[in-house]
Amino acid sequence: MSRRAKTAVYGVLCLLALPFLFPTWWMVTSSLKPVGDIFAFPPTLWPTDVSFDAYARAFELQPFARQYLNSMYIAALVTVGTLAVSSLAGYAFARIRFKGANAWFVVILVGLLIPSEVTIVPLFKMFDAWGMVDTHWPLILVPILGAPSVLATFIMRQFFLALPGELEEAAKVDGLGRFAIFRLIALPLARPALGAVAIFTFLHSWNLYLEPIVFLSSSEMFTLPQALTQFVDAYGGPMWDVQLSAASLTALPVLVVFVIAQRQFIEGLAHTGLKG
Amino acid sequence: MSTRFWTGSRRDTLAGYLFIAPQLIGSVLFVFVPLGLVFWYSLHEWNVLADTFTFVGGENYQALADDPKLADALVATGFFSAGLVVLNLSLALLLAVLLNQRLRGTVFFRTVFFSPVVVSLVAWTIVWSFLLQDNGGINGLLETVGIDGPNWLRGEGTAMIAVIVVQVVKNVGLNMVLFLAALQGVPANLYEAATVDGASRRRQFLSITVPMISPTILLTSIITVVGSLQVFAQIAVLTQGGPGTSTTVLVYYLYQQAFQFHHFGYGATLSVLLFAIVLLLTLVQWRMRRKWVFHES
Repeated sequence: MSRRAKTAVYGVLCLLALPFLFPTWWMVTSSLKPVGDIFAFPPTLWPTDVSFDAYARAFELQPFARQYLNSMYIAALVTVGTLAVSSLAGYAFARIRFKGANAWFVVILVGLLIPSEVTIVPLFKMFDAWGMVDTHWPLILVPILGAPSVLATFIMRQFFLALPGELEEAAKVDGLGRFAIFRLIALPLARPALGAVAIFTFLHSWNLYLEPIVFLSSSEMFTLPQALTQFVDAYGGPMWDVQLSAASLTALPVLVVFVIAQRQFIEGLAHTGLKG
Repeated sequence: MSTRFWTGSRRDTLAGYLFIAPQLIGSVLFVFVPLGLVFWYSLHEWNVLADTFTFVGGENYQALADDPKLADALVATGFFSAGLVVLNLSLALLLAVLLNQRLRGTVFFRTVFFSPVVVSLVAWTIVWSFLLQDNGGINGLLETVGIDGPNWLRGEGTAMIAVIVVQVVKNVGLNMVLFLAALQGVPANLYEAATVDGASRRRQFLSITVPMISPTILLTSIITVVGSLQVFAQIAVLTQGGPGTSTTVLVYYLYQQAFQFHHFGYGATLSVLLFAIVLLLTLVQWRMRRKWVFHES
């Protein structure tokens, strides 16, 4: 590539990078500014006198630590549960020959076509009838067993299909049962696919918004996305300094993990059997 | 006795069903039963406050046809989906092609463009609603170059565009990564042969790159279209469907009807409509694959 072409490509990339970097930068720096400076004009790119006051208030106005814990433990449970359910089903559909396998696979796959928004009204009535409204059960059970895990099962099946069969044959000859083969041989080999599914699943749960606001009503049960929108003043207007501090607190941990593990992260997503 | 009954194939059948049981039971309980119930509810008038549940046949569907706000919702949904898909896919492809060059720093830029994907959706949306205010950061930046920016989220003409841009920047990294993976799968000798034949870079892009990655283009477009129909948090945080009904997309309207106005029967009817649209779009895209997907792996 010529020097000029290179300069042009870098120029375009830097320009395009602005809307991707600026909001996060603006969020973190503004969260450190005193309220009066947030709307200062011309806008300051760097906080002049740093204050952590808004961070402290986020924890005073709501049970924010509790809500943080709620989101963490729900996302962790959903991730582990989805990995178990989808790897078992994906393995069976890929490697076990049994009657009806293909038909059941098609039936389960239909779930991919049905966004959870379509079924939110009946799901609400079902969980209401079971006395599970304003508990975390709907946010745990539906993602693990319902439509969101169908995509995970599909990815796992694609991965298991590509595994060579010799290892399994050898294990069978050695007298290992199906579950032992799955757990001792197939699952360890499936680490890349499991990683990708884990990332997808964690982010999906971490970002859920419609489901929490439909199912949860008391603030100590809230999850983070829902809690963030509750930092409002007596007139319903947003308390910007607190909202931005709280938003920084929810965005930064995932962002830090991502920056450290970005290679595995991106490559994991790119190699989920979706290659062209 | 028992050894003869438990033949290899019987054992496999039992194992297979045990392995798929959690997923199968889950799909029935949390996908198919609720889907059936949506159709059932849509035939009923459901007053939650009075606790009445009466069969009304097609009345909700008649109401659907007569609802002037529904037309607005469909227009808003169509506008959002079309804008999102076009902007998202073209930007994702542009970024992937630029970052597929042999250049220093591509890993850094990949990280930059992908990073919003991992930022919590509501946090991201809150920051943008702050930036897009009348006296917010975007207009502050515009003013430094002498442009008087509009009140983005309160203008009928600008609110939806703002929502689309916020969503594209949030998620374009995902499609970019899928395109990058596809681009790296295109055999290099095709380009070498084309260069020998004197084909321009533009020609090579249209005649080699696009056909070779067409399965990925199809896949990302299906994911993006279906995803665009599900947009909710962004609308709820940025505009609450306003100004007027200019950003009231179908899912937001469904949420309002069912959970704010407690019209569960009508909400279920809107769910059926949403399902029909998703089904139709997926089928159309699937049929189209023969036409414009060059090869399938």
